[in-house]
Amino acid sequence: MPETATVGKIAVNININVNGKPYSRQVEPRMLLVEFLREACDLTGTHVGCDTTYCGACTVLMNGLAVKSCTMFAVQADGAEITTVEGLEKDGKLHPIQQAFGDSYGLQCGYCTPGLMLSTQQLLAENPEPSEKEIRKAIAGNTCRCTGYMNIFKAIELAGRNMKGA
Amino acid sequence: MLGQLGEGAKFLAGGQSLIPLLKLRFANPEHLVDLNFIPGTSFIKEDSGALHFGAMTRHAEIEHSALARKIPVLYDCAAGIADVQVRNRGTIGGSLAEADPSGDWANALITLDTTVHCLGRSGSRTIHLSDFIKDAYTTALAHDELVTEVEVKIPPQGSGGAYVAFKRSAPVYPSASAAVQLAMAGDVCQDAAIALGCVGLTAIRATEAETALRGKTLNDKTIAAAAEAARAAADPQSDMRGSAEYKRQLVVALVKRAIQIAMRRAGGEQIEGAHLYA
Repeated sequence: MPETATVGKIAVNININVNGKPYSRQVEPRMLLVEFLREACDLTGTHVGCDTTYCGACTVLMNGLAVKSCTMFAVQADGAEITTVEGLEKDGKLHPIQQAFGDSYGLQCGYCTPGLMLSTQQLLAENPEPSEKEIRKAIAGNTCRCTGYMNIFKAIELAGRNMKGA
Repeated sequence: MLGQLGEGAKFLAGGQSLIPLLKLRFANPEHLVDLNFIPGTSFIKEDSGALHFGAMTRHAEIEHSALARKIPVLYDCAAGIADVQVRNRGTIGGSLAEADPSGDWANALITLDTTVHCLGRSGSRTIHLSDFIKDAYTTALAHDELVTEVEVKIPPQGSGGAYVAFKRSAPVYPSASAAVQLAMAGDVCQDAAIALGCVGLTAIRATEAETALRGKTLNDKTIAAAAEAARAAADPQSDMRGSAEYKRQLVVALVKRAIQIAMRRAGGEQIEGAHLYA
């Protein structure tokens, strides 16, 4: 795993806790958070879709809140707790959100899925029983070009039910 | 610090407008000064008849604030900006300082008595929002000056406001938007403020539309007259969001809807003024 992810002249030391594990790296100030996760931490589950703050494929949680990691610099996450899709499963067991996306066929190509699952994580943490309207609002920043969203709504409802029962 | 770095330096607030502009090479500052780690810049409080928002208060914090609900139009605006992810990062101060012609806050706040508190090397000053926004991407801020606080007077009893935008999808800027603030005495409009967004280089005050309502009993006829006056005040460009004529037509519909919501809110009703999606 590369310890230095800098190619330019200026390097800044940052410490970011990703999925419960501390990562200390030297980065260029202009490095995006998503580049940090993918290239400096080798966590390639976070995807880059549009790279223009539209599609939400790069969504991760920063201190529990969904953010588009293509629209933040890595240095801005210094000291923060980041959760990526790799951080959802625990001890080889799928997170209830991951399980529900699989059980409900809430994905086809899967490119948008990591971002959608993290937006779901923030939603269900704040609101364990969201209405369909609330689900729509919560994932409005995540674009899926395959599914038509219906199975994604079902997956999120199922995840909410399963997490409440857990 | 910005003074030391010179003209090539720029402040970075929530970054949800600026970082996309950097990627498109529409902005290429030599230095960015990140405001995100400064404590005490994010707050919502009520003091002497006004709500005060720290410049770095996120849209999501305003959306979820019970205090901000005292002025319903603020909730309309905060909860309708882009999507959850953008609202978690974007800030009210950054939105005003960026002065994007399609930005939501300037349009919603210009119908209220809004003052922008600024701080620079030569000290602090307050600027009324109508004097703060000068042009597209241009404000009254000096290069080394920043926004510290946004102060919004709570409208008197019998007032109601609404902010409604029409969007092609959540993450994009609206195709057009309308903000309305009314002071009502029964069915009669005592005072009106109407602003149009995304149909000019800045938010446009539709003064003729306001005149069409002031002192009148509000009914379908007077509301339609105001909406027509708003159509004339709009100065849209044809672009990927629609033709100029289409946007003028949107303005008519949005102004009507916003007036109707504002009227009912002035009468004490609790109404969700949701944005409209294509």
